[in-house]
Amino acid sequence: MSMTVDEKKAQNAALIAEVLKAYPEKTAKKRAKHLNVHEEGKPDCGVKSNIKSLPGVMTIRGCAYAGSKGVVWGPIKDMIHISHGPVGCGQYSWAARRNYYIGVTGVDTFVTMQFTSDFQEKDIVFGGDKKLEVIMDEIQQLFPLNKGISVQSECPIGLIGDDIEAVSKKKSKEYGGHTIVPVRCEGFRGVSQSLGHHIANDAIRDWVFEGTTKKEREFVSTPYDVAIIGDYNIGGDAWSSRILLEEMGLRVIAQWSGDGTIAELENTPKAKLNVLHCYRSMNYISRHMEEKYGIPWVEYNFFGPSKIEESLREIASHFDDRIKENAEKVIAKYKPLMQAVIDKYRPRLEGKKVMLFVGGLRPRHVIGAYEDLGMEVVGTGYEFGHNDDYQRTTHYVKDGTLIYDDVTGYEFEKFVEKVKPDLVGSGIKEKYVFQKMGVPFRQMHSWDYSGPYHGYDGFAIFARDMDMAISSPIWGLSRAPWKK
Amino acid sequence: MSSLRQIAFYGKGGIGKSTTSQNTLAALAEMGQKILIVGCDPKADSTRLILHAKAQDTILSLAAEAGSVEDLELEDVMKIGFRDIRCVESGGPEPGVGCAGRGVITSINFLEENGAYEGVDYVSYDVLGDVVCGGFAMPIRENKAQEIYIVMSGEMMAMYAANNISKGILKYANSGGVRLGGLVCNERKTDKELELAESLAKKLGTTLIHFVPRDNIVQHAELRRMTVIEYAPDSAQAGQYRMLAEKVHANKGQGIIPTPITMDELEDLLMEHGVMAQVDESQVGKAATAA
Repeated sequence: MSMTVDEKKAQNAALIAEVLKAYPEKTAKKRAKHLNVHEEGKPDCGVKSNIKSLPGVMTIRGCAYAGSKGVVWGPIKDMIHISHGPVGCGQYSWAARRNYYIGVTGVDTFVTMQFTSDFQEKDIVFGGDKKLEVIMDEIQQLFPLNKGISVQSECPIGLIGDDIEAVSKKKSKEYGGHTIVPVRCEGFRGVSQSLGHHIANDAIRDWVFEGTTKKEREFVSTPYDVAIIGDYNIGGDAWSSRILLEEMGLRVIAQWSGDGTIAELENTPKAKLNVLHCYRSMNYISRHMEEKYGIPWVEYNFFGPSKIEESLREIASHFDDRIKENAEKVIAKYKPLMQAVIDKYRPRLEGKKVMLFVGGLRPRHVIGAYEDLGMEVVGTGYEFGHNDDYQRTTHYVKDGTLIYDDVTGYEFEKFVEKVKPDLVGSGIKEKYVFQKMGVPFRQMHSWDYSGPYHGYDGFAIFARDMDMAISSPIWGLSRAPWKK
Repeated sequence: MSSLRQIAFYGKGGIGKSTTSQNTLAALAEMGQKILIVGCDPKADSTRLILHAKAQDTILSLAAEAGSVEDLELEDVMKIGFRDIRCVESGGPEPGVGCAGRGVITSINFLEENGAYEGVDYVSYDVLGDVVCGGFAMPIRENKAQEIYIVMSGEMMAMYAANNISKGILKYANSGGVRLGGLVCNERKTDKELELAESLAKKLGTTLIHFVPRDNIVQHAELRRMTVIEYAPDSAQAGQYRMLAEKVHANKGQGIIPTPITMDELEDLLMEHGVMAQVDESQVGKAATAA
């Protein structure tokens, strides 16, 4: 049953070779660079990444607009984000990432509402700047408590040369210095949503930090001020993270961007430390704040008790002894609770194999949580990762793990068919393919409408959900009608 | 339907496309042909000589006012001018905003869907100087203009543009039915102009179908927003346009797939005719005072 690492590597290498055979020569040559078997000791996972997907394959990627509107800007709750262009982009991305927030929707918070300029043919031909002005006027009139507006460009904006920067400046002035941020995140830019994250980060730098609309407010600093960067509060993830930092004696002055506000963004340069969860989508602004304001940043991982412990200690190491002691107290406090969770689920999950394919940080970050439950991640890959993600992944994956970058629908299906994992964790587009193959599945973007999964509280839910998927009696009950 | 002839005038900006096309079409109307002019230039000046108007209301401006192009009726956009020539202008945004190319596509689709082409013998498209994007190539795509007439002169840049337009025609000639009808030289009084124009036509595999001499009477007519045909029907210039009209009329089905040449070949052509001296590479980029 148990294979040696070398046997596993040979098997995975043979599997990759077999899967590539189905492609035409040129495609096979290109895709081969994105598939590999992890070799321990190497600086990365041995795959190329952040390269244009090939025509004809089914990629799981999104676009720059998705990266900016859907990921970075959308969750900022007291701003109104206009999906600028034809109606579809806004409509089909409407509230889809479940970024939880506190507030009265439609009065002082707007996350689950959809604002679009709904371009018509005449807006394309004559340009949409005038329409954008009207929309901004209407927003100011209908939602006077909004604290800012962002313009999320869809593809046509870049094609017809609309000057959204000029409109934003003009209207901002007209409304007495209101925050208005034009974002050039046209979907055709870049190879995936990744460039959208970068563009969105740059827009915060240029229009929030450096812009003319920044509000000066009274702010009493403490030595313990931190900002959570790159947590989008999916299913409440940022909340179950924040309480741990607060229990340690730190003060969270901003959440980027789940349940966050424009004021929090503006205050962040006053933080003593930026703690970064999703490196991929917000390393840019973290680096900027380090350079410009001298704020150090530290990556952390709040999936599963082992990684949480490590992370709490790492974060505490940037502060005084009081915080370090508090970190130990927090770890000690939750230890028995976590042990109870592990004792309950581990017996049923021990030795189960998992294959992942997700976005920003999860292809590596959740591995520890699975391992806490005695499970093993045998294959993983990133939708839109860069080489620095694959470098970081080496600290998580075992020797011989199957690695697939920007996996195609066909490859993923074949890999799962041959590797036969006990669980696949990916997105909604993949879910039913694998469930129909009889493989238990959990959505690892939306937590399958569950969550939170971050923090100690989140781990209890994570463990329950994984057990529910794998141990469900449904897999024993379903039978193909032609198999009597 | 088979008798409908769709033609288009292309050429470098300022070469006299609109003037030449309107005079030619006015002459065709005299010959009893029923004509529809479709202006495809955001400046909307393709029909002013026929309508004696500064600029007619365009399809796109009316559509923007009404809400969308679906809210328009054909009568709203079509004007009748000299000898019952029907005129429409596509129009478009002011320079620097929006997408004029998309506007051309929208307008032509509207005209076709609303039966603007029924009951006419000729549809003529007048397109702005350069085929800058797909939208301005609309009239040469499948089932649109069958013959393109390129208005040019003996000037280097006009010939360069004519060659470029030929490339555009070549691109669509294989997938659709578009052909190059021929060159029309609008005299600028440059050196050896007729010779050069004929030579270029030969290189492109076509003919110079007419050489329109320069005559100030064209300007006199233009100031009155009239074609020469209407302003001075007995003038020699009116006769020139009538000759051109007859040649266009007789040219039905005679169009060819052009054989565009390279920039080097074009320069060679100028040298061949002694218009340009052999290029002395040491002199390239040097100002007159430095030479």
